Amino acid sequence: MQALTPVETAVHPPVAGAAAPVLPALRWDPRLYQIATLSGLLGYGVFWLDLEVQTRTAVAIIVTALVTQLVCTRLTGRGRFDPRSALISALSLCLLLRTGSLGLAMLTAAVAIASKFTLRVRDKHVFNPTNFALVAMMLATGNVWVSPGQWGSGLVFAFLLASAGGLVVNRAARADVTLAFLASWASLLVARSLWLGEPLAIPLHRLENGALVLFAFFMISDPRTTPDSRAGRLLFAALVALAAYAVQFTLFRTNGLLWSLAVCSLIVPLIDWLLPGRRYQWRSSP
Amino acid sequence: MKHVTALVAALLVVALAAPTVLAFCGFYVARADAKLFNQASQVVLVRHDDKTVLTMANDFKGDLKEFAIVVPVPTVLEKGQVRVSDRALVEHLDAYSAPRLVEYFDDDPCSPRYPAALQAPMGMATARRDMAVDRANSLGVTIEARYTVGEYDILILSARESGGLETWLRDNGYRLPAGASPILGSYLKQGMKFFVARVNLKEQSRLGFTYLRPLQMAFESPKFMLPIRLGTLNADGAQELFVYALTRKGRVETTNYRTVRLPTGMELPVYVKEEFPQFYRAMFSQQVEREDMRAVFLEYAWDMAWCDPCAAQPLSVEELRKLGVFWLDEGGAGVRMGRRTAGGPVDVFMTRLHVRYDAAHFPEDLVFQETADRANFQGRYVLRHPWKGEARCEAAQRYRESLRARAEQEAGALASLTGWPIEEIRRKVGVIPGGENSGRRWWERLYGE
Repeated sequence: MQALTPVETAVHPPVAGAAAPVLPALRWDPRLYQIATLSGLLGYGVFWLDLEVQTRTAVAIIVTALVTQLVCTRLTGRGRFDPRSALISALSLCLLLRTGSLGLAMLTAAVAIASKFTLRVRDKHVFNPTNFALVAMMLATGNVWVSPGQWGSGLVFAFLLASAGGLVVNRAARADVTLAFLASWASLLVARSLWLGEPLAIPLHRLENGALVLFAFFMISDPRTTPDSRAGRLLFAALVALAAYAVQFTLFRTNGLLWSLAVCSLIVPLIDWLLPGRRYQWRSSP
Repeated sequence: MKHVTALVAALLVVALAAPTVLAFCGFYVARADAKLFNQASQVVLVRHDDKTVLTMANDFKGDLKEFAIVVPVPTVLEKGQVRVSDRALVEHLDAYSAPRLVEYFDDDPCSPRYPAALQAPMGMATARRDMAVDRANSLGVTIEARYTVGEYDILILSARESGGLETWLRDNGYRLPAGASPILGSYLKQGMKFFVARVNLKEQSRLGFTYLRPLQMAFESPKFMLPIRLGTLNADGAQELFVYALTRKGRVETTNYRTVRLPTGMELPVYVKEEFPQFYRAMFSQQVEREDMRAVFLEYAWDMAWCDPCAAQPLSVEELRKLGVFWLDEGGAGVRMGRRTAGGPVDVFMTRLHVRYDAAHFPEDLVFQETADRANFQGRYVLRHPWKGEARCEAAQRYRESLRARAEQEAGALASLTGWPIEEIRRKVGVIPGGENSGRRWWERLYGE
């Protein structure tokens, strides 16, 4: 029951007063849009960019994620089995995870889904599952990696549109965290280049990155891990951008965004305590 | 005036206000005189645990008085960290990793066997020192170190701001290309130093080398990158850079540009054997165009313990050490049993990257990461020679017919890879033994072109 972006309400009837569809089964679920977008990106990556995602690995990741979701749901007794969130996590892993070992790919998928059921504070996930699994496996094994440059800059605009479409579909539910993060990150990159006297082509090139779009629209926006209040989310987004900047430009390490999100997720309970808010407040909006 | 010649594409300033001979780092294929890529730089990047050994090879053919390089480096390098290397080592590495042709000879169609692979590797193959220091100080330039290594006089400079550095370099006879100042400034603010080398003519003639030997530097820094921005100032168009990365864990890739595999494994018309250098050059240009000049190409990724087929033998432990592979000394820790071939070293993974870049398409420096990928990859093209002996069985007739389709397929593959006109290729392929010429349909033969 977890998704990368705000979608939780979709499986439950909306609160009273919302436009209740006649046929609940056909009610629009924003997660379907996300699944379609991620699948499209995966297809594009495999067929056009030659992303080295083997069909075998992708199938293994998806099957492992779904099985883990099923097993964990049964073991914990938390509601019905719902494949949608697990599918979103699995597709995100297919897009980001690189490893030469099928076993490690499956283990990463299992770790991602299991983390939702085990790493919880106040009934909230501590980490975005995809983010946690990638970071944990990179740290623990050294045999998985993420190739942030492989998306290139060619079709980032189309990428961006598809992802932004998701925000509209989700009624801008938690667009605030995505937009605040992108604004913070872009500001940091532009400020750095201005300070160094570099041409603006440099920050623009850094922003034209498919991995960044994926991160901003499908990972940091996870409603189950971001702070409850809007002020908290804006603060969180800025912190993630700042820490990622530090990783990339002072430690000179790859995948600053992933490391930063994992570390900043640890302080979300603190942000929620300082800036309390109503969880999933967007559910009550029409 | 010395021209600051761009060096390592990467690291350097390529200078030249006046058109100087910039035959930098010639890259040879097949024959020594077949210079393939002009203005190419070759860099060997040995990296493990934040320790880097960088070797920059060049093939400067102009007046040695004109030769100078400026390379941004992350730390001040003491004399012991810089040495002169052997050009043959870089050439060996190049030959070992170059795209290659393999040849197969068809068997007698009347007594079929699976063809045994025969491979024909084509390896593409300073006097007033005090005054100078004073002047430097007044410009905010600090000469952090000054020494002579082999035939090179080397300075390590730091500076408070780029204007002073630029003035100092100009005052000292280095001709910087237009637009260098902001780039120098950017590197200065990032805390980088400048490695400046020029040829000491006395030492050079004493040592007796007729060419410039590669410079090698060893330093420790978390930065795993090559500064290419100064190289993009060269007015002579796109620069060519070969990076030979030697690492311990696996393949190296760029994190801020796509790393794309060179197309490989195609069967090509056998005449390509005579034109392999031209083929490689045209094919690379075509791939660069296809990727809109925004990609770095992977040409080779292989465990240094072996090769198959070998364009050249793997480098020996001794050669690798000379190139800076420092971990081979560590008590044999690098020896992985069972993978070792005769005389071949182990625990070194080689990645060959090839990039053509300019400022418009490569605005920022190349940043790398080492992955755990140990999958082998090579640029390999196949030539299949038809059976030329007697063959009178029924199978021979089918075989001859298949040759026509095969020839057309090979011609199509070559045209697609290189952008060469298909008609020209068909003309060169000539008459297919045992069949009508190539894959032209009957009406094409009837009506001519």
